[in-house]
Formats: sequence, C-alpha cells, structure tokens
Amino acid sequence: MATITKPETLLGKRIRRREDPRLITGTATYVDDIKMPGMYYAAILRSPHAAANIRSLNVQPALARKGVLTVFTGKDTEHAGSVPCGAALPGLRVPHHHLLALDRVYFVGHPLAVVVATDRYIARDAAELIEVDYDVLSAVADPEKALAAGAPAVHPQWPDNTAFTFHQEGGEVDKAFAEADVIVKQRITSQRLIPMAMETRGVVADWRAAERALTLYTSTQAPHLVRTLVAQVLGLEDNRLRVVAPEVGGGFGSKIDTYAEEILMAFVAMKIRKPVKWIGSRREDFLCTIHGRGHVDYYELAARRDGEITAIKLKIIQDLGAFLSLLTPAIPTLSVLMMPGLYRTKNIRADVVGAFTNCMATDAYRGAGRPEATHGIERMVDILAAELKMDPAEVRLKNFIHNEEFPFPTATGLVYDSGDYAAPLRKAMDMVDYGKFRQEQARARQEGKLLGIGMSTYGEICAFGPSPATPAGGWESSQVKVEPSGKVTVATGISPHGQGEETTFAQITADELGIGLDDVIVVHGDTSLVPYGIGTFGSRSTAVGGTALYFALQELKTKLKKWGVTLLESEDVTLADGRCTCNKSGKSVSFQEIAFAAYRAMKVPAGAEPGLVSTYFWEPPNFTFPFGAHIVVTEIDRDTGEVFIRRYVAIDDCGKILNPLIVDGQVHGGVAQGIGQALWEQAVYDDNGQLITGELMDYAVAKAPMMPWIESGHTVTPSPVNPLGVKGVGEAGTIGASPAVVNSVVDALSHLGVRHIDMPLTPEKIWNLVSAGGGK
Amino acid sequence: MIPQEFEYSAPKSLDEAITLLGRGAKPLAGGMSLIPMMKLRLAVPDHLADLGRIKDLSYIREHSGSLLIGATTTHYAVESSALVRSKCPLLAETAANIGDVQVRNRGTIGGSVAHADPSADYPAALQALEAQIVARGSKGERAIPIDSFLADTFTTALEPGEIIREVIVPIDGAGVGVCYQKVAQKASGFAVVGIAVRIQRGGEKLSMVRVGVTGLSNRAYRATHTERALEGRTGTPAEIEAAANLVAQGVDANSDIHASAPYRTHLAKIHAARALAKALARAE
Repeated sequence: MATITKPETLLGKRIRRREDPRLITGTATYVDDIKMPGMYYAAILRSPHAAANIRSLNVQPALARKGVLTVFTGKDTEHAGSVPCGAALPGLRVPHHHLLALDRVYFVGHPLAVVVATDRYIARDAAELIEVDYDVLSAVADPEKALAAGAPAVHPQWPDNTAFTFHQEGGEVDKAFAEADVIVKQRITSQRLIPMAMETRGVVADWRAAERALTLYTSTQAPHLVRTLVAQVLGLEDNRLRVVAPEVGGGFGSKIDTYAEEILMAFVAMKIRKPVKWIGSRREDFLCTIHGRGHVDYYELAARRDGEITAIKLKIIQDLGAFLSLLTPAIPTLSVLMMPGLYRTKNIRADVVGAFTNCMATDAYRGAGRPEATHGIERMVDILAAELKMDPAEVRLKNFIHNEEFPFPTATGLVYDSGDYAAPLRKAMDMVDYGKFRQEQARARQEGKLLGIGMSTYGEICAFGPSPATPAGGWESSQVKVEPSGKVTVATGISPHGQGEETTFAQITADELGIGLDDVIVVHGDTSLVPYGIGTFGSRSTAVGGTALYFALQELKTKLKKWGVTLLESEDVTLADGRCTCNKSGKSVSFQEIAFAAYRAMKVPAGAEPGLVSTYFWEPPNFTFPFGAHIVVTEIDRDTGEVFIRRYVAIDDCGKILNPLIVDGQVHGGVAQGIGQALWEQAVYDDNGQLITGELMDYAVAKAPMMPWIESGHTVTPSPVNPLGVKGVGEAGTIGASPAVVNSVVDALSHLGVRHIDMPLTPEKIWNLVSAGGGK
Repeated sequence: MIPQEFEYSAPKSLDEAITLLGRGAKPLAGGMSLIPMMKLRLAVPDHLADLGRIKDLSYIREHSGSLLIGATTTHYAVESSALVRSKCPLLAETAANIGDVQVRNRGTIGGSVAHADPSADYPAALQALEAQIVARGSKGERAIPIDSFLADTFTTALEPGEIIREVIVPIDGAGVGVCYQKVAQKASGFAVVGIAVRIQRGGEKLSMVRVGVTGLSNRAYRATHTERALEGRTGTPAEIEAAANLVAQGVDANSDIHASAPYRTHLAKIHAARALAKALARAE
C-alpha cells in the first residue's frame, strides 16, 4: 500500500510567507549588503537648480582630495548612450537623456558628475568640492502652466512643452452629449506622489575585463529588462552581462525603470576595472526616483434622467517631468483604457496632452494610470448622482456591465474577461448596513455632526499582458527543475520584491506534483539563474508568471508519467499524490524514485531524455480585469477639518485566491497607499522647481498608527484567461481606496454644497469648505 | 547618513564638555535634530562633543518644591517617570506626545530646549510651567527663566560656551489641572500647534491660569491675554471660548505647506479651548 504523502491541496490556504524569516531577522541581502574586494564607492553630484546652463564645471578640487580615484562628467559619458524610454506613441518627442548632464540641467537632482573614491564618505565630500558655475534659468513645475503661452521651455527645441498628444474615441460622443438630459463637468486632479520604497535604489557593478563579463547588482523589479537595456546602451553583448536583483525592499513600480545610475555604474566599473557601489540617499530617492500620478483631468459625463451614463469625455494633462523614463508616456494611455470603469457606455472620447516640466519624470506607481482613471470616473458617478438626487449605489447598479455580457468589449478596445460587478457592491453595502447608516447620518446631521459614506466600484486591468500591448513583451517564463533527490527548484522570470511568490509558486508546484511545500524552492531575480523573463509589475506575477509555471508543470508531469510507464512496465498509469501508480497491478513508484531514475537513466523511456527539467514561456491571450467595491465611513471634526475614517470595507474580486494571507496583505498595503494619496501625500514643487516635500519630515506617508482597521472580504469570479483562474491583486487596494475616501468626505459635506475636493484632503481644505458652508 | 567629516569627542564630565565648547565644539545630546541636519549637510560642525557619556546629567529629582531634570534625560524617561507623572503631569503628558517611540527613546529635554525649534513640544509646557533653565559655562552657572531663554527661532539665551545642565519645573499642589494638546504634522510629528495649560482653582474662581503655545510663531510663548481673561473667573464654557480666542493675540503666525497662518491661528484657538476645558475638568 502506498503511503499518501500529501493528503490536501495547498492552494487557497493561508500559508505564512516563506520569505519573512530572513526579512524580519535582518539576514536578507540587499544591494548595500554586497561588499567586494577592492570595491570603490561612487557619489553623484546633482543639480540644485531646476533649469540652468552650465557655464563651467571644475572637478580639480575633487580630484585633489585624498582617496578620490577619478571623476566622470557629462563629457565622458556624452557618447555612452541615452537613458531609455521604452514606450512609443505616434509623434512622441523623446529628449536625449544623457547619463550625466552635458551643458544644461533640467530638474533638481539632475546628475552632473560622479566621483569615485575609496569610501563613500570621501566620495560624498569630494562631490561637494566640484565647482559648478550655473546660469540659472526660469523653470516651470506645473503641467498646466507649462502648456500656457509664454511658459519657460523645458527643452529649448520644443517651446510648447508638449511631448505628445493622444486621442482615442469610440461610439457617438457628440450625439450622446446633444441628446443628454444632464451633463456634469468637473476638473479633477491626481497629485504627484513619491513611491517611497523602504530601500532606496542602489547598484554594485563588477567588471571582469579578462572575461569581458559584467555583473550588475541592482534594486530592480525587472532584471532582464535592465540587462537588455544596459547592454544596448553600452554596446555590451547581453550574454556577458549578468543582472542580479538581490533582496529588493519595495518598488511599487518605481524600480521597473532602467535608471541613469544603473548604466552609469556599469560604465564606471568598465572604466576603472574595479567593482563600484552607489547607494542612493533618501534625499536622492525623493529627487531622482520616478514619481507617480501627476494628472489634471477635465471630465464631462452625459446621462439620462434615470441615471444611465450615455457618454464620457476626458481631457488629461499629464505632468511628465523633464525626461521620459521607461514607461512615462504610456501611463496616461492606461488611464484612457480604463476610463469607462465598470460601466456599459460605449461612447467615449479622450485627449491626452503630455507636458514637460522641470521636475523628476513621472512613471508607473502602484496602479499606474488606473488609480487616476478610477478616481475620475468614480468621482464623476457621485457627482452625477448628486446632480440627479439619486443614491450613488443606485447609479452604479444601473450602469454596471451585466453578467451575461462577458466577455465585454469596451469602447477603448479592451475585452473585459469576466465579472459580476454588483456582487462586491452588494456585499460591501450589507457589511456596512448601508440603509441603516443613511438614517444614522440624517440624525447626526441634525446634531451638527459631519458623517459621510462613500463608495468606489473599481475595475482594473492586470496581468500585463499580451505582448502586442506591453512594451518589451508581456509573456512570462518558468523553469521547473527536479533534482535527483526529488527536490524541486522553480526558476521564474518574474522578480518578486514583497509579493510572496516564493510561497505561492511553491504552493502551485507542490499541489501539481503532489509533493510537500518544503520540497520546493523558488529562485528569481538573477539573469544567470532563470530563463529570460519580463519581471514583476502590473499585477502580472501570478496571473502570467504563475501560469507559465502551471504549464511548465504540465509538461513536467507528462515526462514524469513517461518515466512511470517505463519503471512500472505498464501503459496504464495514474500520476497523483506524488506517486505514479499502475492502475492494473496497484504497484507504484514515488516522485522521488522517478526523479532518481531519470538521472540514473538505466533505461530511458522512448521519446524522453535523461533528467527532469521543463521550461515554459507563456503568452497570455488577454489581460485580466479584477474589480471590487470599497466603502468608507468618515467623520469630520468640524472645528478643525480633520478626517477620521470610522470604517473601511474592502470587497475585492481578484479571481481565484491562492493564498488569502498574501491577498490580505496586498489589499492592506494597497489601501494604505490609496488612503495616503487621498488624505496626506503630495509631492510639492515650488514655482522654481524645488521639491519642498523632499524629506520624510515633510512628505507624509501612511504609518501604521494612521491606518483604520480594514474589513476585507471577497467575491470570486475566476478569470477565463488563465487555467489558474487568477486575476491579480497587487494594485487593487490603491485603485479602490482614493475615490472611496474622497466620496465619503464629499458625502459628509454634501449638505453644505460641496461637490468635489481635490486630494489630498488636508484638514485646512476641509475646514475652509466647512467655514464657507456657513458652519451649518 | 553621510555627513561631512568632523571630529568627535565624548567628554566624561560637564566641565570637560564646557572646555571643548570653548574650543568650538558643538554639543550633541540625543541627536534627534542635529543628526538629520548633518545628514542633509545643513549643519556641518567641525567638532562634536557627545554629552551622552556624562553620567550625572540624566536624572529626575525632587528638591524643595521643584523637580530637577538633568539635561540628557530622555523624553521616554520623563514620560514614564512615576515622579514626573505624579508631581508634574503636564511635563509627562507633553513628553508622551513628542515625535515617535524612537525619537522619545533618544531625544533629551536639554537638547530639545537648546535647539529651540519653534514647533517642538516641550517649550509650550515649560512656558506654562514657568520653568527655569540652568546653564553652565566657564564662568559658572545661572538660571534663566524659560521665557527669556527662548529668544527666537532656533535661538536661545545661551552664551557661547554655555551648556544646559538642568531644567527646573515647579511641583503643583492640589487643585491644579493640566493638559497638553497638539495637532501633529503628519510627516514629522512636530506640533503644527501645541497648547499646554495649567490651571488652579481657588474656591469658585480660577486663581492661576498658564497657557504655553508652540508651533504658531517664531518661538513658544505664554498666551498672557488668554491667561488674564480667565484668571479670577469661574471658567464657564463661554469664558473659556472667549479667552481661547485671545490665544494668538499680537502673534505673527507661521505659514507653510502644512498650515497657513489663518488656519494655524484658528487651530490654536480651538485647541486652546479644548485644552483649557480638559485642564479645568482635571482640576476639579
């Protein structure tokens, strides 16, 4: 009788993250933990001005400092290529982005020179000795001001500060507006944010001249993309460049990009023929790691009296910053794709203007274009409801795409995979007892209290994505290696940095192979260890990378079965529970026995080869489209304007759930960043282009004591796009949160005539509105 | 952090520290303000004298109707001291509201007062308590009333070479109610506005009212208009509101991205009223 090694499935279980012990005991290896014999340290001199011509640059005083090896300036890197932008749009103006400024600086923090020294303190001190003579120019830091006539030109060759315009249209917009019973309009902003990974960016570059081999350790979300792009820029063969993402302390999208410093350290290492390290300070991370959001949106909604939305018009002004980072111009086009939200209307018109400003580039930050779109449409639905004096839930329920309409082609060219949009809303309304709350609110208003309830029913686009729609490709790879002992090593092309795939991918593998979780390890983030992969972003890791793993496992199972047939000398075998069993004799061989036999190879099955390895590259046929409903109850201190979140209910539908503990964590973290945008966070540049929220003393990220209790729940609508039925949940919380919070606060103040408030909802803004409302 | 190169000394005694100051060293206490400034290279001292090794500078003692608090006593020590909680609860409540746990574990009362940050919490309480700051220099020791000590933003009455040895606060008798109330700046934890109140009831009337305000202007100050408006009154809600409305009288309010001058002023009035009401309730 065969022993049953694994009686239950692991998928769907709350399994603790296997990553955590090393993280909470301080034994994980981050870039700054890497030390090499003979390693030099780099410090970067950065511009204190947002716009200036460089009259002269004297590096002699730095070179004279004891311990300084060399200094590189823009002249040295002039022909070393350009920091890459991977997004393409018709007519896109891409400024040449030198690794180091040549004769002009374009934003505060713009790198001018890199000092290489024997330790980081000497490097920093020496960088300050460099003498720069600036001819300071007028700067522009606001995208609308940048587009106005007479604004300072960020790039002198393009005086209109316009990088691109983008138009998308579907259906009959003009007709719908002409026939509308009601039209509502609103300007809605989504402020610039700092992604604020706990670990700042950093690079160690190690060049072995004799081997012509370069290893780059970098804090990135996409090591293979870094390899391809750095190799291209520096003219190095990509098979001689190894990129390692060691432990990465958060990214939130900001570490998808290939940055100047990554290319620069590779350049320096190849020049000095020694390893070199650069670790960004928090200040550098504020100034020179991409920012998120930065939208000014003009919305118009056409609707019938009964609440049916008949058309949406949207003009987006996207603050791009001075240079285009990897995906900068693509982000607002994602907003356009998701502008209809969960609603049925096929009449949409969008116009995007990408505006250069003398600021750091914006790019993908948790949600990347979808939070802006969701915030806009979810605010507009509430504004429409207020105009029609309808309940906001009723307007949503009236406009949702019906369950029988899936797969649903949208006016923006997407096909929503599956959905049951009313389900999470109804569940969330039940959890807060919506009807009862409205009565309580009415009573509270009688007593002069300001109590509000707000909802958002968000949709998002995840699992990036089909390759034709994703710069650099949207597939993912996985390799499953069974060792002779029967232990399994999974190599994945995604690059987890907090998402927990070392756990979930082991769950998938253990379940498919019928072995224990501890028999599996998952490796990632090293281009010499894993097949070419795309990386971790856009809530794609499980839906695309997990599916690649799933298919690799199916191939592996076919091989296992072939070995089982040979070992059992029977064609009639079943592979289950970690054994291959002959259905006639009942004899069986264990997974471990098969593994050993495959490497010992005494008798190789027909059509098989020795060893047990399987590699699969999976191209997804579509995106996935998670959705959900968040409901927030707020109370406002009418004397001070401070907002208190009394309840936060999040019902998310991310398809099938592989590990509820990890999904909860993703929702909580996402909601924290969404509430952060709604209430506290903002990157503020002054008129001179100085970042005045450039330290954690002034930029308020959400901290644990500031967070409400999150009541989390789910509905489960499997995705038909992949066999796991998963959709993705990494960004859902961020996307759902900000409109729910703002809708709640606007609801609390609606009887004072308040219709919209731009984020962040600072107490002062609220207090001004309450005061203007007569203090009623 | 990568500060500019500096010399570091760790004197074992206050006199040794004073000698080092005489040679141009800058004193380092908990470092909760100086170190971040050095990190940003806004402060670039050539020489630091670390007061952390001076053993007899961290203490809390009762002495003839006062509490004596050594300069390097941490906020956490003050917050958690049974002596301070029972004899000077306003100071304990204020200490508990400073920054976060990490800051309270390292930051010191002497360091905070010497830095004279206009948004620091302690100065409001010390104003309400009419505290004395004991400073020692090469020529000896002197006690400076807190109101003269806090000269301006980041500016104190300390002479070059002088160092804070001790803070003296009074022990209040029965019938005194106190309260510290603050609006914390969300990023830094500093006070956008902080109000410290100390009230004594003598029979029906309020015999003493002391109100210290921080965050609102160039330095923490006593809101004497508010104090005078309440002293001798019974402390009705209307009287409290009227008095609280005088809290910013004659004050040039700060304005920054976290709060405009009118909003700061408004917050000061609201929280003065709340702190007064709470202190009054505690005095009952």
